[in-house]
Amino acid sequence: MQGLVTFIQQFINGLSLGSVYALMALGYTMVYGIAKMLNFAHGDIIMVGAYTVSVVCSILGMSPIFAVLASAVVCTTLGVTIEKIAYKPLRSASPLAVLITAIGVSYFLQSVALLIFGSNAKKVPPVVSLNSIRVANIDLSGVALVIIGVTVLIMICLSLFINCTKVGKAMLAVSEDKGAAELMGINVNATISLTFAIGSALAAVAGVLFVSSYGYVDPYTGALPGIKAFVAAVLGGIGSIPGAMLGGIILGVIESLSKAYISTNLADAIVFGVLIVVLLVKPTGILGKKKITKV
Amino acid sequence: MLKVNDLNVHYGAIHAIKGISFEVNEGEIVSLIGANGAGKTTTLHSVSGLLKSSGGSVEFMNKNITGLTADKIVRLGIGHVPEGRRVFQELTVHENLELGAFAVKDKNFIKKEYERVMELFPRLKERRKQLAGTLSGGEQQMLAMGRALMSNPKMLLLDEPSMGLAPIIVKDIFEIIKSCNDEGMTVLLVEQNAKMALSISSRAYVLETGKIVMSGEADKLLNDDNVKKAYLGG
Repeated sequence: MQGLVTFIQQFINGLSLGSVYALMALGYTMVYGIAKMLNFAHGDIIMVGAYTVSVVCSILGMSPIFAVLASAVVCTTLGVTIEKIAYKPLRSASPLAVLITAIGVSYFLQSVALLIFGSNAKKVPPVVSLNSIRVANIDLSGVALVIIGVTVLIMICLSLFINCTKVGKAMLAVSEDKGAAELMGINVNATISLTFAIGSALAAVAGVLFVSSYGYVDPYTGALPGIKAFVAAVLGGIGSIPGAMLGGIILGVIESLSKAYISTNLADAIVFGVLIVVLLVKPTGILGKKKITKV
Repeated sequence: MLKVNDLNVHYGAIHAIKGISFEVNEGEIVSLIGANGAGKTTTLHSVSGLLKSSGGSVEFMNKNITGLTADKIVRLGIGHVPEGRRVFQELTVHENLELGAFAVKDKNFIKKEYERVMELFPRLKERRKQLAGTLSGGEQQMLAMGRALMSNPKMLLLDEPSMGLAPIIVKDIFEIIKSCNDEGMTVLLVEQNAKMALSISSRAYVLETGKIVMSGEADKLLNDDNVKKAYLGG
């Protein structure tokens, strides 16, 4: 019985961690789908989001709700600005140049954070504070449940937006064929900006949720979760939105269960091991599709 | 209606279009014919804004549209059906057509155009919930044309509408082009199937390695010995 309780608790923790990965993976996968680039600075947007919460709550003394909003605004603006300044001029450059630029932007953000806030970790007050909830004799972490709930809500809204609105369908069109989309009267540059805005806003939410369960932020907070979110996106099939959601959740659950049952030290190795196996069996990822072309 | 003057296009160091000039008058079907690599598609792409020209000008309805981006040009009334159809494979037939009217705000107008396209291509009506990628080549061509017609353009650019299609379907497609023209649509047609193209055109230009080498009325070109030899199979 105790075994089952532990398993359920760990599973919920995994779902919660996976939700954060999924929110971040959405940013990777949407930007990849539309701009055909890997935005390796995406993880660091989370770090900026977390610092924003820290500053707004601890230094300015404002309420957590306001901190979340501020974080979303700051991250969205930052994401769109990065795209305009760093990536847009490289629209027709080789993918390698864009990739290196993205890595450069990532280090740039980390260094700026280091200059402003120093290398010591800053405390972040919990934005979501809830006692654990007891369901059928099992103590479930309140924060974990809130994270899962918020993520599910965001995913439903995002899916509705993309599949049921004109602008959402324009995004799908741009991701499939930029030129043809332009011939429909769709402004491709505006669509790419919008994608960065949405991705960064999701990263802000992920950042807030992430630090809510960890309680501190330093300039490198976003680096490892960023890489893992990228892994989640590839695992689910990069470019696929449901794939990013699924990939994130799977990754979180595997990581959490590995930590509980195998070894805390080996958890990351197991996560990356799973990625290697999946890619060997299905190189396009779980929900990734092979391009069908008909002439 | 469309005036192209001394158009030049470069791909890096390659001078693909070497100063061509042509015009299309309202209500005409004009063909650009020529061999593979002559610059026909490149010409269409620079008219619709998918490619930046390196010199010359494009005028549409007395407005200089040189250098405008494609999403602006389509709003002025030029519909472009690209080579290889390029329908959105992952979207349904219905969604593809909706996107064709992306630039249109008026819902009633969209509904009216939708009905009109469905009437023109009854096959699309049967398949409106299907993913575009699952359609046959001919159906995809119809979808690409229907999609371009959704914004009710004043002029239609058609790039190789017959490519890869069975002769019987090519005949259907050309009949539809003709009927759109009868209703007042101006058409600029690019085709390798020169005989088919000339048979419905009023005038034509012959393109050879980025230059116009011949032009004139379609039936005269159909009977011209040089054109016959080079493009009509003797």
